[in-house]
Amino acid sequence: MSNLLEVHSVSKKFGEFTALNNVSISVPKGSIFGLLGPNGAGKTTLIRVINQITMPDQGHVLLDSEPLQSYHVKDIGYLPEERGLYKSMKVGEQALYLAQLKGMEKREAKKRLKMWFERLEIGDWWNKKIQELSKGMAQKIQFVVTVLHEPKLLIFDEPFSGFDPINANLIKDEILRLRDEGATVIFSTHRMESVEELCDHIALIHKSNKVLDGNLMDIKRNYKTNTYEIGIESLNNTNLEQELKSKFQVSPAEFKTLGDELKVHIKLSQNETANDLLSYLTTKGQVSHFVEVVPSANDIFIQTVKNN
Amino acid sequence: MNYLPLIIKREYLTKVKNKAFIIMTFLSPLIMIGLISVVAYLIQMNNSKVRQVSVLDESGLVQHIFKDTENTKYTILEGITLENAKAVVKEKGDYGLLHVLKIDKLNEASKNIRFYSEDSPSLTLINSLGNKIEKELTNINMHRMNVDPEVIETSKISIDIAQESFSGKKTSKVDSGTKIIFGVIAGYLLFMFIIIYGNMIMRSVIEEKTSRIIEVIISSVKPVQLMLGKIIGTSLVGITQFVIWIILGSVLIVVVSLIFGIDIAQMGMPQQEIIEQAMQGSGNDVEKAQQFMNAFFNLPLTNLIIAFILFFISGYLLYSSLYAAIGAAVDNETDTQQFMMPIILPLILAVYVGGFTVIEDPHGTVSTIFSFIPFTSPVVMLMRIPFGVPLWQQGLSLLLLIGTFMATVWFAAKIYRVGILMYGKKPTYRELIKWLKY
Repeated sequence: MSNLLEVHSVSKKFGEFTALNNVSISVPKGSIFGLLGPNGAGKTTLIRVINQITMPDQGHVLLDSEPLQSYHVKDIGYLPEERGLYKSMKVGEQALYLAQLKGMEKREAKKRLKMWFERLEIGDWWNKKIQELSKGMAQKIQFVVTVLHEPKLLIFDEPFSGFDPINANLIKDEILRLRDEGATVIFSTHRMESVEELCDHIALIHKSNKVLDGNLMDIKRNYKTNTYEIGIESLNNTNLEQELKSKFQVSPAEFKTLGDELKVHIKLSQNETANDLLSYLTTKGQVSHFVEVVPSANDIFIQTVKNN
Repeated sequence: MNYLPLIIKREYLTKVKNKAFIIMTFLSPLIMIGLISVVAYLIQMNNSKVRQVSVLDESGLVQHIFKDTENTKYTILEGITLENAKAVVKEKGDYGLLHVLKIDKLNEASKNIRFYSEDSPSLTLINSLGNKIEKELTNINMHRMNVDPEVIETSKISIDIAQESFSGKKTSKVDSGTKIIFGVIAGYLLFMFIIIYGNMIMRSVIEEKTSRIIEVIISSVKPVQLMLGKIIGTSLVGITQFVIWIILGSVLIVVVSLIFGIDIAQMGMPQQEIIEQAMQGSGNDVEKAQQFMNAFFNLPLTNLIIAFILFFISGYLLYSSLYAAIGAAVDNETDTQQFMMPIILPLILAVYVGGFTVIEDPHGTVSTIFSFIPFTSPVVMLMRIPFGVPLWQQGLSLLLLIGTFMATVWFAAKIYRVGILMYGKKPTYRELIKWLKY
């Protein structure tokens, strides 16, 4: 799979402050790429470099194997975290203006806007002013404006903030649909459950450096500790716990079940397999729960940030 | 890609369609004319009030010269003491009492003349009384010295020095007056334009910052393009507004003066006495108008118009780019004060230099120097040009101005580019300089 976007060792300083230090990322075509990191890590600066808002001190960016040029702005749709619209302008006029700034023909822009407004059921807003709309409503319009010119690369910075769950779902489905239609999505957020749900690749930026990147599943495989979450019913739970502790690395676990099982995490060493453990356990009692502990994006995020 | 026309169009249309703008544009000439009419009306009312002045002339020399006029009626008191006269005048509620003692030496007559009144009297009335007495006493004095006043009057010679340049251009005092008027109008117009529409640009930049739309826009267009679009769009708005004001203003003045019968031309000289005096001094009206027209066509009109356009545009762009930079540097209007000072100061200096020095000596050292310094040159040079400035001077000054204008646009664009993405605390001057290197 080829990469739509490649960032090659980009550095950016603001006076004494280093915002990005030698950061490289590759975003595969057709992927949803999660750009993660704590507040102030440098995500926004990186996104601005990709949008040619900020010029990097060093390094370069390739879009579709070409160095970034000013005409590339029409290939990118950007929804910034700090976003707004002209308060006293009408919705339709404003959307048309922004679409034309992205190089669209007025007539074409109008046609597509009508279509999008129908799809998101906001058709009757055309002649309203932004100041008459709620925050969530304005966000919907911003989303439409971002994707209207059908760019190859979509960059969303915290796209779901300000949306109620229903509209957040609506937007999520639209993002997935756009991906299926061939767009590549960069997605910056702090909400790990949406990373889990949407992203297939991630990069983690911390204190101006990239500390982790790759396919989310591969990363999870690297981060898994060969630990299993187990629920087992026996005649004497205390005895069984003692026995397990003598054989394995055991720690208490908590999850909800119907019965009164012994609940533990068992960490296996390199040469033990899950099957070995399971067959051993079946001799000790009734196994009601047996799950491999897969690290969540949240765990990986916290662990990586703490270790650095 | 060039989105400049699109940006200009949006700036222009949103501002012109704005309700506040429409109200301002159509209401302010109405308010102005309304105010002027009220003032004119009040002055007329004041004029038509009749003043009663009593005269107690113990010398008997001057009492016959006080003839009633439309606004001032005189009562001559005789055979009573000053104390009684004061009491009578006060009781009648007269405006005041002019008291003339016996005069021994005409040269020292001032000591013997006094005006009594309830409040401090109108200055024009006192002056007019003084002039009347002075004239009469001078006449008497001449007679005493055996001089015939007729002879003095007929022997008077009036001089109006005709002026001509070495190259043969004839000018006159009226010419100079006309030049001053044109220079001052051009200079002030630019000054007003910069202040009003520079502020409008600044507010429009701040609006984009506070509504947070700025990042969306600059992911599509270059900040410099956006800035120039704003400046040009707002200037067009300004020109539109000015043209409407001029047209509306002229129409309203005509209408108002027709309805109320107020002679606007005479408003500057409210007191009848002054008008009378003025009429004596000058020739007749037709002759004056003729002189003015001549003076007008004597002006270097082509040069004036071209220079006005060039200096106006470059001067305006120079300042408005700075206004845009200020707007980008701050988050809200209250923070702009600190940065406004350095912009306003040279402007005010230019207007002062123009208003005093240029009128006094249009080609003196001070005027010449200030017409070259780029921040003052647009205003000062525009004021100098009606007096005839060599083309090389105009050219050099314009070149300097355009050079500086490019530098400030570059500087403003740098500040703008960084500033529009900065939120939070108000930057210091040192931080602004650091931004230039980002």
